Amino acid sequence: MTLRPSARGRPRAAPVVLVGLAVAGIGFLVLPFAGLLQRTPWTGLPGLLGQPTVARALRLSLVTATIAAGASLLLGVPLAWVLARLDFPGRSVLRALVALPMVLPPVVGGAALLFALGRRGLVGQWLYERFGVLLPYSTAGVVVAETFVALPFLVLTVEAALRSTDPRYEEAAATLGADRWTTFRRVTLPLVAPSVVAGAVLAWARALGEFGATVTFAGNLEGRTQTLPLAVALALERDRGAAIALSLVLVVVSLGVLVALRDRWFTLRPR
Amino acid sequence: MRVAAALAVVVVVAVSCAGDRSAPSSAGGLDGELVVFAAASLTDAFGDIAEAFERHHPEVSVELDFGPSSRLATQIVEGAPADVFAAADDTTMAIAVDAGALRGAPEVFARNRLEIAVPAGNPGGVSGLADFANDDLLIGLCAAPVPCGRLGRAALADAGVTPAIDTQEVDVRSLLTKIEAGELDAGIVYRTDVLAADGAVEGIDLPDGGNSVATYTVAPVADGDAPDAAAAFIDLVLSAEGRRRLEDHGFLAP
Repeated sequence: MTLRPSARGRPRAAPVVLVGLAVAGIGFLVLPFAGLLQRTPWTGLPGLLGQPTVARALRLSLVTATIAAGASLLLGVPLAWVLARLDFPGRSVLRALVALPMVLPPVVGGAALLFALGRRGLVGQWLYERFGVLLPYSTAGVVVAETFVALPFLVLTVEAALRSTDPRYEEAAATLGADRWTTFRRVTLPLVAPSVVAGAVLAWARALGEFGATVTFAGNLEGRTQTLPLAVALALERDRGAAIALSLVLVVVSLGVLVALRDRWFTLRPR
Repeated sequence: MRVAAALAVVVVVAVSCAGDRSAPSSAGGLDGELVVFAAASLTDAFGDIAEAFERHHPEVSVELDFGPSSRLATQIVEGAPADVFAAADDTTMAIAVDAGALRGAPEVFARNRLEIAVPAGNPGGVSGLADFANDDLLIGLCAAPVPCGRLGRAALADAGVTPAIDTQEVDVRSLLTKIEAGELDAGIVYRTDVLAADGAVEGIDLPDGGNSVATYTVAPVADGDAPDAAAAFIDLVLSAEGRRRLEDHGFLAP
């Protein structure tokens, strides 16, 4: 073997087992995309992508995923801090609850959201009768569904980062007279900033690909709730070429954003 | 190394499972596995028929895959491992016929009437198709490629109504679920779905016309691995017993 790990110190050959399995893993992940590319109707592609449905679905997907990532930041960073820094009974139960939407089939999440926030739902009933707010069948409902599945990715990423920071920085700040809020803002947050960004990107990517919770909770209507994944699922039933073209858009956009952000933010270089 | 060994086991098991889908039926009695792709609206009726089939042929296990006919047709054209295809309308059946994916001509085995479904108690006060144009009501339809979506739109067009749609569901069962939950005021489904909801929704008849009845057809899949069992299953669907079971669930005679 001539492959060498690029870590500092004396170079040693990489274990064959690790490299072999890694190659198998990459093959497994990349193969489906090769299948997609092989079936892509390249000549008809401009016509398929030029349809107004595509542009509307793409725009709706980008807008809702970005708002969902923002909402995840707003709710997720404090939640991660509470899980990492506060000691209280039932914390492990709370952490399991936070991770639940990652494990549940999204359709179940969507149905649960409908029973909670729908017109006849636990809270939704009150929202509807009191304020006339109806989340299902609205773009806001898409954001709610996407945030529900995306939030845990941010919380778990940021919580792991908080746990691995050296508590002495925060203790030093406290010793110097900073209150907990100032410490959080001036010391803790800058320390975990790369992980916050990484978590937000993960949440954004998860929201962009969201299908099950969205279709179950928010429904499917062009221009209002039909995101790109919903358009793909519907096109698969009618026109395979169009479905593949739409999938390709989703792959290219997702890959572009992940590559661009990964180089810049994802790698946690030792300072 | 232990991880590698475990992975190897997973791969081997996955490969061998993929291989033993259906043993060819032995001479005489039928055995093996029979895969039936059927329209979502057939969920309950075909469940009954499959049970009866397994009683008649204990060596055969019937695997049912329900979904929107249009998706099932596309999957069959793509080579999905099905033995029998039952669609809720001619248009989707034609997708499979035109692609040469079926053996022989499809046979009509049932019809189904479209109905307006509203939640129990009819909170939206819906009385007919004209209410579908009311923007204040929450209206759902099946998506356009799905038979209930195509037929529902045709019925609305016949009535001269432009619907104010709030959602287009992927199949008739997910539309029914939202009506049952009271999250939609009205939708167009099949009479069989109204019956299946068992009181959770109320049905309102549509005006009689060519576009308010769906025609169900069934055919064996050309590349199916169990042609004999497929033929026997279709015989049962078309038999007096099959028709009785379909009628139990609200289907009309062909």
